[in-house]
Amino acid sequence: MEYSNLISQLLKGHPRAAARLITFVENDIEAAEEIVNSIYEHTGNAYILGITGAPGTGKSTFISTLIKIYVEQGKKIGIICVDPTSPLTGGALLGDRIRMKQLFSIDNVFIRSMANRGQLGGLARATEDVIKILDAYGCDIVIVETVGVGQSEVDIFKSAHTVVVLLVPGLGDDIQAIKSGIMEITDIFVVNKMDLPGADKKIAEIQQMLEFKKNYKYDSKEISEKFAKIEQWTPEITKVNSKIGENFDELLGLIKKHKSFLEESGVISNYLKNRITNETIQILKYKLTEKVEELLNSDKEIGKYIDQAIKKSLDPYSMANLIIKMLGLEK
Amino acid sequence: MSKERKIKVLCCKPGLDGHDRGVKVLARALRDAGMEVIYTGIHQTPDDIVNTVIQEDPDAVMLSMLSGSHNAICPIIMDKLKEHGIDDVLVAVGGIIPDEDKTFLESHGLKGFYGPGTDLKTIVDFVKNNLKR
Ligand code: B12
Ligand SMILES: Nc1nc2c(ncn2[C@@H]2O[C@H](COP(=O)(O)OP(=O)(O)OP(=O)(O)O)[C@@H](O)[C@H]2O)c(=O)[nH]1
Ligand SMILES: [Mg+2]
Repeated sequence: MEYSNLISQLLKGHPRAAARLITFVENDIEAAEEIVNSIYEHTGNAYILGITGAPGTGKSTFISTLIKIYVEQGKKIGIICVDPTSPLTGGALLGDRIRMKQLFSIDNVFIRSMANRGQLGGLARATEDVIKILDAYGCDIVIVETVGVGQSEVDIFKSAHTVVVLLVPGLGDDIQAIKSGIMEITDIFVVNKMDLPGADKKIAEIQQMLEFKKNYKYDSKEISEKFAKIEQWTPEITKVNSKIGENFDELLGLIKKHKSFLEESGVISNYLKNRITNETIQILKYKLTEKVEELLNSDKEIGKYIDQAIKKSLDPYSMANLIIKMLGLEK
Repeated sequence: MSKERKIKVLCCKPGLDGHDRGVKVLARALRDAGMEVIYTGIHQTPDDIVNTVIQEDPDAVMLSMLSGSHNAICPIIMDKLKEHGIDDVLVAVGGIIPDEDKTFLESHGLKGFYGPGTDLKTIVDFVKNNLKR
């Protein structure tokens, strides 16, 4: 097998092997398949922490402080920083490392930057695979910094045990943003930059919003079962100053509290089920899209269908059904 | 779609050199040329840089040096990379590099040496044409 050498080095904790494997899963889904297949049984030990929030709220600075504390506790940490790819040029500027400049020992801390390569949802296609590689590499905790969120970058909640959302005093734009999707997936709200005026006001605003959600809740058994991880947990709120590490004791306590909740309530099995289902659906979407694109580009029959569709004798839904038939996927 | 190899470049400022305008211009130009560019900020020690290279696995490293300390710092970086068995990464240096230093730097495996006023396309093409993998 092509990657077996690197994989055995990965399992022994060689950072360069981890880095090479990450490059392969990023660039090539077939490589990802082979690699994940080999390392999967060695995964499942890392606690996955998702950090999200609007651009500039201090995610990278916050993570840098977290790393320092976890390293002091003797933990091995992996960090994945996702930044956006330019839709025009396909290039990306990955700048999160600037805030994580302290020289952490490479034995304890592994930081990797990723461009999202056009994927919506705040992560990159390969982020799940990279989490697995860092998990198998021996990280106790894997921290994922998502693309600075707008309203719909919520994919992190499918992968992370605990989702932390950062807000900052003032503005209020970030509250607007989290009113939609982000708010519903947050386990811990952190008002960062508590040294700036307005931190307590921001906390009050979040509280108000959560109250509103609780008081006007539409109860549905289906939703509360499927999303037990969110439904059974009341989001916590705290404030920190990431630049000097102020109030991180409380924050760490809240992360611990959420972890205990997952384990003691049994909700963790629900989380694992959702995570694996979602991941599989993503892979299927990817593979099927590829198959269909191949077909669309190569098959003469489909060219005829498209001509018919242009002439209005075939509509796109019917054409899709015909393609499903050609793929042998008809029910 | 399943295979999308991107050129990944690390741009950094070794040592106590605070001239960061050039490296930022460079980073933006390489991004606009479709590359994934990591910028790590100023005041990077050789160990910082080598650790970043190990973790990020870039195809190229651009060392931007205007302080005159290139002869002292670049060989250390090259030696440390070699220690880690990293020999398939293009390492380039540019900024203010006097002509008489080029042979010495070349003997340590460095390339580039572009200075003030270099056309950005020249640098983009240089990266594309000198990758080692
Ligand atoms: C602007 C400037 C400053 C600004 C910097 C602002 C900033 N944040 O960047 C300020 C005023 C702060 C400054 C301070 C100093 N400066 Co000054 N500065 C300059 C100046 C005039 C222009 C540099 C610049 O920004 N150019 C524009 C950018 C876009 O060009 P660039 O950096 O050259 O990059 C291009 C190319 O070189 C190339 N390139 C750059 N890096 C790389 C890397 C690779 C791999 C490749 C392929 C290409 C490449 O691509 C870029 C695009 O074409 C130069 C003189 C000069 N003409 O270069 C002196 C100069 C660099 N400074 C000099 C000095 C001495 C200083 C000070 C020590 C002065 C002092 N005594 O206080 C301080 C030190 C500051 C510090 N902490 O390091 C000297 C350095 C002498 C030397 N190396 O022997 C120079 C050469 C002036 C001189 N002729 O004496 N400086
Ligand atoms: N005053 C203050 N500034 C902070 C604090 N935390 C971060 N900052 C500053 O906020 C700015 C943005 O910080 P980053 O950590 O880069 O923010 P980010 O959310 O990672 O940014 P993107 O990745 O670009 O979305 C920097 O100038 C930090 O120094 C804090 O607690 N207090
Ligand atoms: Mg950041």
